[in-house]
Amino acid sequence: MNKKGPLYALFLSLILLLPGCSSIAVLNPKGPAARTLSDTIILSIVMMLGVLAVVYILYVFVLVKYRAKKSNEDYIPPHEEGNKWLEAIWITIPIIIVSFLSVVTVKTTIDVENVAADYKDQKPLVIYASSSNWKWHFSYPEEGIETVNYVNIPVHRAVEFRLYSFGTISSLWIPQLGGQKYAMSDMLTTLHLSADTVGSYVGRNANFNGKGFAHMEFEALAMTDKDYKEWVKDVKETAGPLTEKEFKSLLEMEFVGRKTYTNTHLSFSPPPGNHGDHMSNNGTEMDMDNGSMEHQDNKEIHPAPAPSSETEFNSKPNPELDEESTTHDGH
Amino acid sequence: MDWDKFKVHGEPLIYGAMASIVLATIGIIVGLTYFKKWGYLWREWLTTVDHKRIGIMYILAALLMLFRGGVDAIMMKLQTAAPDLKFLDAQHYNEVFTTHGLIMILFMAMPFIIGLMNVIVPLQIGARDVAFPRLNAVSFWLFFFGAMLLNISFVIGGSPDAGWSAYFPLASIEFSPTVGNNYYSLALQISGIGTLLTGVNFIVTILKMRAPGMKLMKMPMFTWSVLITNVIIVFAFPVLTVALALMMFDRLFGSQFFTMANGGMDMLWANLFWVWGHPEVYIVVLPAFGIYSEIIATFSKKNLYGYTSMVFSMLIISLLSFLVWAHHFYTMGQGAMVNSFFSITTMAIAVPTGVKIFNWLFTLRKGRITFTTPMLYTLAFIPIFTIGGVTGVMLAMASADYQYHNTMFLVAHFHYVLIPGAVFAVIAGFHYWFPKVFGFRLNERLGKHAFWWIIISFNVSFFPLFILGLKGMTRRQYTYSADTGFGPLSMVSFIGAIGLTIGFVILVYNIYWSTRYEPRDTDGDPWDARTLEWATKSPIPAYNFAVVPTVNTRDAFWTAKQDKVPLYEDKITKIHMPSNTGKPFILGVIFFVAGFSLVFSLWIPAIISGVGILIVLAAMSFDRDHGFYIPAEEVIATEKKLRGETV
Repeated sequence: MNKKGPLYALFLSLILLLPGCSSIAVLNPKGPAARTLSDTIILSIVMMLGVLAVVYILYVFVLVKYRAKKSNEDYIPPHEEGNKWLEAIWITIPIIIVSFLSVVTVKTTIDVENVAADYKDQKPLVIYASSSNWKWHFSYPEEGIETVNYVNIPVHRAVEFRLYSFGTISSLWIPQLGGQKYAMSDMLTTLHLSADTVGSYVGRNANFNGKGFAHMEFEALAMTDKDYKEWVKDVKETAGPLTEKEFKSLLEMEFVGRKTYTNTHLSFSPPPGNHGDHMSNNGTEMDMDNGSMEHQDNKEIHPAPAPSSETEFNSKPNPELDEESTTHDGH
Repeated sequence: MDWDKFKVHGEPLIYGAMASIVLATIGIIVGLTYFKKWGYLWREWLTTVDHKRIGIMYILAALLMLFRGGVDAIMMKLQTAAPDLKFLDAQHYNEVFTTHGLIMILFMAMPFIIGLMNVIVPLQIGARDVAFPRLNAVSFWLFFFGAMLLNISFVIGGSPDAGWSAYFPLASIEFSPTVGNNYYSLALQISGIGTLLTGVNFIVTILKMRAPGMKLMKMPMFTWSVLITNVIIVFAFPVLTVALALMMFDRLFGSQFFTMANGGMDMLWANLFWVWGHPEVYIVVLPAFGIYSEIIATFSKKNLYGYTSMVFSMLIISLLSFLVWAHHFYTMGQGAMVNSFFSITTMAIAVPTGVKIFNWLFTLRKGRITFTTPMLYTLAFIPIFTIGGVTGVMLAMASADYQYHNTMFLVAHFHYVLIPGAVFAVIAGFHYWFPKVFGFRLNERLGKHAFWWIIISFNVSFFPLFILGLKGMTRRQYTYSADTGFGPLSMVSFIGAIGLTIGFVILVYNIYWSTRYEPRDTDGDPWDARTLEWATKSPIPAYNFAVVPTVNTRDAFWTAKQDKVPLYEDKITKIHMPSNTGKPFILGVIFFVAGFSLVFSLWIPAIISGVGILIVLAAMSFDRDHGFYIPAEEVIATEKKLRGETV
């Protein structure tokens, strides 16, 4: 038994070294959501090390003290039914620990499901991120542009990813900016991320979806507001439009490099409705059939009738949104 | 007919496997014919209804599957040992990890446990067999042919490739056009029906066939764990049956339960799968708790500490196991409130599990601990499983899980739970009960060598995965580039996997060595144990107990030994035994043919074998064979031979 001691000491020190190690993406956050999660994870690691310590100390103690030796051959172990008080202790303390962690979980889950506290007062930048075998399409309805396999975002700006899929379930994950969420064909999910440091972050699909899964990576580039505006302007000037025909051919291709377009696929292939959220932005109820019914005649291209031209899918930049973003200029 | 769909192309590894399968099959057939063992095999094994023999066949099949799943594991570890390796291509890797998961959970861990359960439970409760011996044979053969159906998939037609959880729409015909997932739905269905029947059989056995005086709260802990496990089986497996049937309709008959169109819901599959799948992990872990309880009590020479709270903690765990399935997809966008509910129920499982850990530690306290091989596995289980448990609590926190979900962190966690919680347990149980079944112990020195190889290599192999997960490595990715930085730790993990292989090879060598050289056990109680199964002689006579024992205390055999009171109050009389029957085996074969035909949409053989199944079932229900009696004189003679004394 004693041979295992050094082994565990090694593992414990490894765990203790984790927070300081900058190559660990999840514990090296570059945005508020990822920071909340990193803090939660470190807190839980520390508490769980405490639990491990109690078990390990007791374990080593009983194994050393009560092992059979030549000297205790006559020893007859007592009959013990149990002890109500002791058992009550090891029921109560775990309940306290679990209750504490439950409170932390509920609080942090609500936090990361919503816009980060620092960015509550801005209107988030909406990016539709949809997956198809094996690539990511990022549509910026606000700017009227679309990218494939890379996404640029301004720093210090709340970004609301709306996720869905043209096929298998995938999961959008940029570990240094926050947790992942599924993209599914019949439902729109929302992921709130924001970056507070300029930099290039690895993003990928985290849910296995077949042959090209391992290669389904993209770059998430967080840039200053100024650079971002310049990039958008640049795209508008240099890139060409995305036609329905070209979009269909993109869906059919297995692997595609980076692509950039001056309009989005949302106008001719709108996303599925969100469960219980068939409301347009201005609060008027959209057609309930939006999500699933129309979709069925036409599987390869997404659901639903085209939204009215007043919605955010319009490729013209929304002046209101533009104003919003300029107020957070200067980083 | 389109013969092309039966072919698997282009993989030298698979051609090698085909050749070795054909050679092994020819070898077995020639061997059996040469030694004239066909009759023996049929009379003594294929038609047996004896719970001990069925148990042994389960364990043999499970050991075979352990090596099949282990080879898969080594192939995966080799492929990911360094960046951009080209050992397996994506498709082959996907098939390998899918079958690794399926085989290890469904065709290794579960049958191994059901095998131990079959051998030991009737003995522990002082019964002569299970409640429905012929049904027990049906269970085994359905499991066995289900397993075979899955195993031929990699040489005929292609293996399932959508992960062991087979999420839709990936597993649909649209995205997985090979027959691989047809095999999935049918092989699991056939063996699942067998498991469900086992569940019914053992609940009835334990509730109705205990020895006189054995109240529920006097049952050995392993029997308790088996009872609770089988209740979970009976509640959980029907969900799998329905889910797999819907999957089969989707893939074979064009229905659209889980498709993207026509009202199909992909996440409905995920819900159904995990409503079964989460309890499933407790189906393999709870009996392990039972096995450990027996071993800890035996080798610390003490009764189990906190028996009542052990029982109640298992009941609570079984209840909670049905309330946590959504923690497998916190990231589905079901909202903070739903996630919080499932977080709390999941974390709550830590409380009864903690109770068990502390009860075991307090059983050891004030004991006289001897470090035999089964005890070593048991003792190694405590610290390793605790790491698995605390990382489970970490994963249960929904917010944090957004970062762990589908990563190597998760893979590390469930291997830290399932390997000590199921694999070490069945190995410990195997070493512990081996002398009861075969009449000699496995060699202790070789056993300890295997133990240290397995324990150390396990940690070397799986601990790095926690860190890889936090570095952003997802599960199931067949390759990665060098700049991800996943390389060095993946290599460490591969080295650990090699060590594990060495450990398991020593373990099997030990079985061979001990069969030849270990001294035979004479009194049937080599470990100075506590429960009833050690009260009969080894090897166990067909009728188990010449006289059904009478039980007054929890560790009935121990008290009888300590107080020198006899366990038996009656005289030997004639004993009723069930007759062997070939029908369960035939039923299994027909199910196999039906399954295989459906996989390839061969409707005519499928219909014929469907009718065949109904005919065999009818024949079984009208079976008038009520078994036979072993006359008292024969029992007395056998007992004399075994004991060298009169009873």
